[in-house]
Amino acid sequence: MKKPPKLGIKNLSVTFETEIIKNISFKVDEGEIVSIIGPSGCGKSTLFNAISGILDQDKGSIEIDGSTEDQRQGRFGYMFQEPLLFPWLKVWENVMLGFEIKGLEKKQAKTKAVDLLKKFDLFRQANFYPDGLSGGMKQKAALLRTIAFNSDILLLDEPFGSLDAITRSALHLYLLEIWKKLKLTIIFTTHDIREAIFLSDRVYVLSKKPATVITSIKIDLSRPRKIEDQTSEKFVEIERKLMSLL
Amino acid sequence: MKKYSLPFLTALIILFIWQAAVIVFKIEQWILPAPSQIFIAFWQSRSLIFYHLVPTVTEAIAGLVGAIFVSVFIAVLMERYQIMKKIIYPFLIISQTIPFIILAPLLTLWFGFGFLPKIIIIALVCFFPITINLFDGFQGVDHSILRLLKSMGASQKQIFKLVKLPASLPAFFSGLRIAAAYSILGAVVSEWMGANQGLGIFLIRATKSYLTDRVFAIIGVITILSIGAVLLVEIIARISIPWHYNKLKVKS
Repeated sequence: MKKPPKLGIKNLSVTFETEIIKNISFKVDEGEIVSIIGPSGCGKSTLFNAISGILDQDKGSIEIDGSTEDQRQGRFGYMFQEPLLFPWLKVWENVMLGFEIKGLEKKQAKTKAVDLLKKFDLFRQANFYPDGLSGGMKQKAALLRTIAFNSDILLLDEPFGSLDAITRSALHLYLLEIWKKLKLTIIFTTHDIREAIFLSDRVYVLSKKPATVITSIKIDLSRPRKIEDQTSEKFVEIERKLMSLL
Repeated sequence: MKKYSLPFLTALIILFIWQAAVIVFKIEQWILPAPSQIFIAFWQSRSLIFYHLVPTVTEAIAGLVGAIFVSVFIAVLMERYQIMKKIIYPFLIISQTIPFIILAPLLTLWFGFGFLPKIIIIALVCFFPITINLFDGFQGVDHSILRLLKSMGASQKQIFKLVKLPASLPAFFSGLRIAAAYSILGAVVSEWMGANQGLGIFLIRATKSYLTDRVFAIIGVITILSIGAVLLVEIIARISIPWHYNKLKVKS
């Protein structure tokens, strides 16, 4: 039997005063990176809020590994555009928070947090307070906190949206490295087409509000991807195609 | 250190002008004593001042600690239960239009001239800035952070402990700083209602005896106590929330 998708969304609708999401269906297989692109304010964040269970959907189903779960809060690693690190906690304590909320003991949580920081190149900043970090470093720390939350599915809501182009490319590679090492499934929203193509296995294009899926495109660029790939013919071709859709 | 040299110099110049003016214009000592005379008065009555300082400081600390407990209790109550906020908040605001000192005679009537009525007065004067600041601190927590924690499946209790409490500490200390200054003031004024010992009553006695130099000396001591109380809070704040001060440093 075929393995069910990691995350399957079927006919999802959300109304919140007005209709925000209309009949969206898509699926994400285990280990995939899927991007959702669409114009600003089209309801990408609402979609994530519904998936993560902060918001109730009106219609449709959300399945994880083939079964519906009503209590989804705490099921995903969720990250926002702003790093939302706690200014009163040092970097390692912020990362540790994910483990703590999951109910791990302090000592164990600390060991795990420190391991994670060492593994992903943030150990030197472990004792900094977030306000002493650059924007890119903050997002790295926020990403590690999301991972520390110990979920195999990440919802990343325009995580690099407020970074400059150079930092953003560095973080793309950083994310891909984490993804590969930890075998994560990632769903990612962005309004940057190149970012979506570079990172993903599949791109879903959303319409303006109320958001529906216009189309999906499979990105068959080989992995591991390098920054230079963004100038390849194939890449540019996909980019052109997506642009015409938006 | 350089930062403080200019105001320090200014203070010295003012004292110098004051001293010179008293000598040149031959001002009567009972109207305006020279700084040197005030200092001599202070030195001569230092053991008396210390004797009266102890209860004042004790009252101020006790009143302030009481105010902290009451404030934290009220603020947390209003934070946790919407209905409590609706009930308490208006009274809290109205209570600020009452100068609590006018309650002093009543409290004296009920509780006598002892320690208790004074502590109540001080706590009444001090609790407001702490309560309001702490409550505003709770309310001011970034909504995105709350959303993040909800997505993580954190319980209300965890959210309070992990976010609201630490996030509101800077606001709490702002309130505490104001309250600390009030506490000394409250102690002194509450002693005017009647006391055997304390800087407030000592001040009244010195005034009635036309010992103006001593009056100035006592005023000086009370001022230094108030500044000391605020500084103490500042030091505690810097130790307990270093991240907040780092942030200010980064921003500036």
